[in-house]
Amino acid sequence: MVAHLVRLKLTLLRNGLKRSVWQVVGLVIGLLYGLFVAVLAVAGVVTLSVARPDLLPTVVVLAGSVVMLGWWVVPLLAFGVDSTVDPGRFTTFPIPRRQLVVGLAVGGLVGIPGVMTSLVSLGTVAAWWRDPAALVAAIPAAVLFLLTAVVGSRATTTLVAPLVARRRVRELLAILALVPIFLIGPILSSLEGAFEGARFDGLVAALAWSPLGATWGVPVAVADGEWLVALGRLAVAALTLLVLAVVWDRSLAHSLVNPIQERAGGTGRDLGWFGRLPATPLGAVTARCLTYWVRDPRYAASLVFLPVVPIFLWFVSPGGDLLLVLGPVAAYFMGWGISADVAYDGSSFWTHVAAPLRGSVDRLGRVLSAALLGVPVVLACAVVPALALGRPQDVPALVGVSFGVLLTSWGASSIASALVVYPVQKAGENPFQTKSNGGTTAVVSQLGGSLVVAVACLPEAVLAFVAVRQGIAWLGVLTLVVGLVLGAVALVVGVRVGGRVLERRQTELLRQLVSFA
Amino acid sequence: MPPEDVDTPLSDPGPGPATGPVVPPTTEPVPDPSPVVAGHAATAGSAPALSVRGLWRRFGQKVAVAGIDLDVPAGSFYGLVGPNGAGKTTTLSMSTGLLQPDAGTVHVHGQDLWASPLQVKAMLGVLPDGVKLFDRLTGEQLITYAGLLHGLDRDTTAERTRDLLTAMDLTADKGTLVVDYSAGMTKKVALACALVHVPRLLVLDEPFEAVDPVSAANIRDILASYVRSGGTVIVSSHVMDLVQRMCDHVAIIAGGHVLAAGTVDEVRGDASLEDRFVDLVGGRVSGEGLAWLRTSSD
Repeated sequence: MVAHLVRLKLTLLRNGLKRSVWQVVGLVIGLLYGLFVAVLAVAGVVTLSVARPDLLPTVVVLAGSVVMLGWWVVPLLAFGVDSTVDPGRFTTFPIPRRQLVVGLAVGGLVGIPGVMTSLVSLGTVAAWWRDPAALVAAIPAAVLFLLTAVVGSRATTTLVAPLVARRRVRELLAILALVPIFLIGPILSSLEGAFEGARFDGLVAALAWSPLGATWGVPVAVADGEWLVALGRLAVAALTLLVLAVVWDRSLAHSLVNPIQERAGGTGRDLGWFGRLPATPLGAVTARCLTYWVRDPRYAASLVFLPVVPIFLWFVSPGGDLLLVLGPVAAYFMGWGISADVAYDGSSFWTHVAAPLRGSVDRLGRVLSAALLGVPVVLACAVVPALALGRPQDVPALVGVSFGVLLTSWGASSIASALVVYPVQKAGENPFQTKSNGGTTAVVSQLGGSLVVAVACLPEAVLAFVAVRQGIAWLGVLTLVVGLVLGAVALVVGVRVGGRVLERRQTELLRQLVSFA
Repeated sequence: MPPEDVDTPLSDPGPGPATGPVVPPTTEPVPDPSPVVAGHAATAGSAPALSVRGLWRRFGQKVAVAGIDLDVPAGSFYGLVGPNGAGKTTTLSMSTGLLQPDAGTVHVHGQDLWASPLQVKAMLGVLPDGVKLFDRLTGEQLITYAGLLHGLDRDTTAERTRDLLTAMDLTADKGTLVVDYSAGMTKKVALACALVHVPRLLVLDEPFEAVDPVSAANIRDILASYVRSGGTVIVSSHVMDLVQRMCDHVAIIAGGHVLAAGTVDEVRGDASLEDRFVDLVGGRVSGEGLAWLRTSSD
């Protein structure tokens, strides 16, 4: 049974790869990246064991606990990431649950995260080369760690799945999950300084006794010669695995016969934006996009950067001068954010293709809906940091460059989204989950678009830089004028050209979108 | 939509001709439909509602539609039947501007669809199969959206949306997001979207799939009165019985070709439409197989 389930998973993977070359490319890139990170991690741990053996327990227990937590929590937020072997699909087959559980656990290791974690944990064993007893103790610890990680991820997902199936809850979770991702860098850099001190000792000691870090606490204790402690931690680790396995088993038994039903989402009492905007095709497109900005978490997810970027910039330059670039950065995010708009529509884009709708109306409607939010946000991001830093003289230059970037990005987005579509997460799916098979098209389009935007915004960017650096007031005003004029030109060109491209390519885009579904 | 329609025969070894270019295993050569259809065009006396000539479409290696000619007389209720993967969806997509043909022309009421898409699309009402809707809108918003996209004014849109919701029995659910609708309700709201701008030609791909019998009867009534008032309807379906009862014209498509076309009576002759269909398309297996499939009482 176990072998069957693993083989099933491999077959699914292989069949998925057969469908398109890009899936293979995506997997290879993913594997190489994973391998790179894994090798780096193992090399790091081994180097540490040579150079700073005193830090080894801290690092292994801390990193192990973080990875364990990741296994337990990330699948919750990225629910459905690995639904290829969804237990629900086995409901109609007479498979003993215990075998299903074991098979799914082992099958859970097939995949990039599983392979990576296996490599790193087995590689970490080598870090105790100084102490044969600890080395031997580390091997079962690594295996126990892997099992606990996989079983734990299954247990949490199965347990929380009924809750997560409620769309609102999942949407909220997904957006919240993105925030710490952005903050990983700053957190790590602030930890760096703390590393030298003994600040972590208490935390590490606690973690080594906790379900999260107990497995790696075992070889650490053995290396210290504290056999009783090692035994105690082993007991904690084994008990953790047992509890998780039972939880998983029980909730699986429940969920197999009580399949999850997606609960109804919110209801709209009236026509919403459709009743407020002009009753024209342009007004309708705008109203539809605005409604999606509110109801579709994928759009909302593009706003997550808002509170995060300033914090990030603050971390990078404690003086806060770098906060002045917040305006252009926010403008780029907001402007380029609609570059995958048609891909987000998915096959429902047919509504536009079937209607007698001009391409430029489609383009302009999407920009207008983004503008309702984008204009005030970018204005605030350009003005507030300057005022907060006591530099009101920089406001015109910053507003100029910000709106130059915003309008130009909208123009570029209007053309980009008419040229290419790539698989994106669907409306109901988790925004956390990315589609690997669209990778190359997506990357080329993103890079190309960014390059075009950067070149087109060069005049106002240079002017703004000089104006702010030298504090020349009239140059700031000039930046404002140049930014607005160039941006407006770029937007008009983008909407016109994008509209024509869309009319020519819409059937091809639709055909691709349907094939992604 | 096309890819699924094309993929189906690969995964489904069921009845029907296998893949595109292969000539279907009929007992007679592929008939040329034009003589039959020409008769109708003559009696109708005006440009047909839909006139398709030499339509081709290839997906990669596979020819989904291999030179289809079709004339749908104005004011007719036209059924398009064929096995899975016959090219029905591909044909209808190309006839409504959703998919670019590799070759061939499409005229709607005498106007070339691919030469002046905007004018022709204004005359068309489309219900495609296998695509999503903008399902984060409520039912009422979705119909309103369709109306406004076709350039209706606010009052007309509001009035027709209200009437359509009543006719489709969706008034109670007008404030519910379409994503939370059942399959049948989704079909109904999509049909309402196709009707809101009063198209001259209505093209419906599998409109009765997953629709409950009561709603299906209501929809049939709506379509019948639409045809009586001068509109033209094309439906594709698997259900021969439904087509025989509902439509006055029918075309049988398989393997990307039209096997027969004309009035229902002409096409079926003395037999039922289903018998005629199986006769033309072939692929029936005898019931002798699966000898072990017997539940015994012990």
